[in-house]
Amino acid sequence: MLAIVLAGATVALIVVGTLWPNKAAASFSTGAQFSTSAGTPEAAVRTLGEQIRANAFARAYENLANKGEFSQQQFHRDLTSGWPDLRTYATLSDFNVQPLHATDSDANVRFKMQWSTVVGPSVSTRDLHLVKNGSKWQVEWPIQKEPVVPPQVIPVNYLRWDVINRSSADDWGAQDVEAPHVRIVDMHPVQRAEGLVLLGELLNEDVVPAYVSVTATLLSKDQKIIDTEGSFDDISHQLLPKQVTPFLIRFPNITLSQVGSVRMTPFSTLISASADPVIEIQNEKLTPAPDASLSGQLTNQSGQIANVAHVLGTFYDQSGQVVWVGDQYIDHALLPGTPIAFNIHIPEDLARKVSSQRTVVATYSFGGAQ
Amino acid sequence: MRAEIPTLLGGLALGITSALAQTGDLTIPKSIEAGAAFTIQCGGSGKGTLYIAGPAQLIKQDIQLGSSVEIASGSLFNAGHYAVWCASESSAQTGSIDVRPAQKPSDLTFIAKPSRLPVALHNAITGSAYVFDTYGNLITKPMQISFQLANQGSAPQTRTMETRSGAAWTQMDSAPHEGKAQFTARVGDVSSTRIVGQVPGDPCNIKMSARPAGNKIQLVTEPVKDCSGNAISDGTIVTFTAAYGAEKTTVDVPLKKGIASVEIPAHRGATISVASGVVLGNQIRWAQ
Repeated sequence: MLAIVLAGATVALIVVGTLWPNKAAASFSTGAQFSTSAGTPEAAVRTLGEQIRANAFARAYENLANKGEFSQQQFHRDLTSGWPDLRTYATLSDFNVQPLHATDSDANVRFKMQWSTVVGPSVSTRDLHLVKNGSKWQVEWPIQKEPVVPPQVIPVNYLRWDVINRSSADDWGAQDVEAPHVRIVDMHPVQRAEGLVLLGELLNEDVVPAYVSVTATLLSKDQKIIDTEGSFDDISHQLLPKQVTPFLIRFPNITLSQVGSVRMTPFSTLISASADPVIEIQNEKLTPAPDASLSGQLTNQSGQIANVAHVLGTFYDQSGQVVWVGDQYIDHALLPGTPIAFNIHIPEDLARKVSSQRTVVATYSFGGAQ
Repeated sequence: MRAEIPTLLGGLALGITSALAQTGDLTIPKSIEAGAAFTIQCGGSGKGTLYIAGPAQLIKQDIQLGSSVEIASGSLFNAGHYAVWCASESSAQTGSIDVRPAQKPSDLTFIAKPSRLPVALHNAITGSAYVFDTYGNLITKPMQISFQLANQGSAPQTRTMETRSGAAWTQMDSAPHEGKAQFTARVGDVSSTRIVGQVPGDPCNIKMSARPAGNKIQLVTEPVKDCSGNAISDGTIVTFTAAYGAEKTTVDVPLKKGIASVEIPAHRGATISVASGVVLGNQIRWAQ
């Protein structure tokens, strides 16, 4: 009896799923089920978004009003990058359509895409112009053609450090290569709504590159351990000699009043590293609240492509004390000599305290950290 | 005939012997040097078995009671307290023997820390030496150990220390000039050498100059040195910052051949500064 009921329920669910598929399932099917409504500008952009989300780039390209201005491959590369980077391995998880202006024959719509990358969400926004062809609205895609780096040879002779550690066959007294000497040069707790945040800066005061991280242990007033957390990726893990990185450690659901003292544990170990590539940070600008942010442009001054860049901003008050650390991953590869914009959000309540800032960039090149 | 057994067994044996006095006509030296030959004589007559048990070593040998038993050179070599039994079917004689480390040092374990440090630091290099005999026993008898830290181009620092419980240690200053120093510990004709890298300290008086380069500014530092005049290591990060109005340009540049050089966009009235780590250099106001 149970078997008959289960079989019946299965058949019923298959019929329901086939006749009334949900949006996600439809978008991953052959494509015939895409909503192809283009009766309004917003509907046309939504259709485009669904097609991009389903990686149906050919179909999306076909419906563009200005497809004669660029190839399908260029359209595809505009969305997913031509070089291996965060966007290459990202999927469009969600999008938002916001009408800006409309007449009978054309319209402007803001298209905000939220990409899921391996380091978290990444948002990119395009302002789209749409034109009406007959009864159908079509998107004029604002193509951003990838800059082409001309074929050339860029001589690079920056230092590279390689490490040979002691072997197991050595005498127990034989010395190993010394771990890099690092020092916390600043540390400051900040109470936020979501919990306690420790901010600070770490200096590599040695002459060799270091892989670093920072762990903090909160102790209550009676010296009992409350919690231990690490900086995770809110830090630049690779520090060249005399380089400084900010760090941020989050303690969710803990208040400063619970804390008697903090035990900071910086960790460092030698790593093989290269002084290349050198990244220039241009036109850094602090935008005050509301919508406070630090913006600027990154330019790769070297010949090596930086596939992933992580920008960390340290924000100081007038007395030079760290009040916040923000970061942003750049989802496009940094090509030699090609500026790429960044924008780090600053919490509005802290933005009013920010008087100056310092920015560092950590880069990762295909094949490992550099 | 000898066999090495876990230390646990030795400890057990020691525990047993501590509860027993030397009995019977067992003749045994009170102590010997590690690896030395010695003679044991068990009283009585007939056949018996000799056991010598101690830390990490056990000797078992069939013997004729009443006659001398020669323990060959190199048979008993782990320093420590050993229990001795002469056992037969009808009796047991017990005793003990101490094995002392050999007098002649054969090996020196030398720990030097750190292996890399800035120049011109007082008592910053530590060396600890442990003296062992040819069998790996720690020689606890006081001995003179000489420590020497030799730097190129300057007189070596030398200290002589006496070991206590087999170990001696000392502290040395790092040299005012960078380079690799040889840190040697010596006892008798045995020595051990470690290399200590002495590296430049923090940059001192960073000075940069600026000149136009098209629509950019070329910034170049003078050779960056520490306060003792040592060239700062290549690869050290130097940060150039140009502030103009509400905007800023920052570049972290590694030193190359002792200097840092970069081109940044030119902005009239920009204030350009240079720093490395926590050390600030000069400032330039770009008027062009």
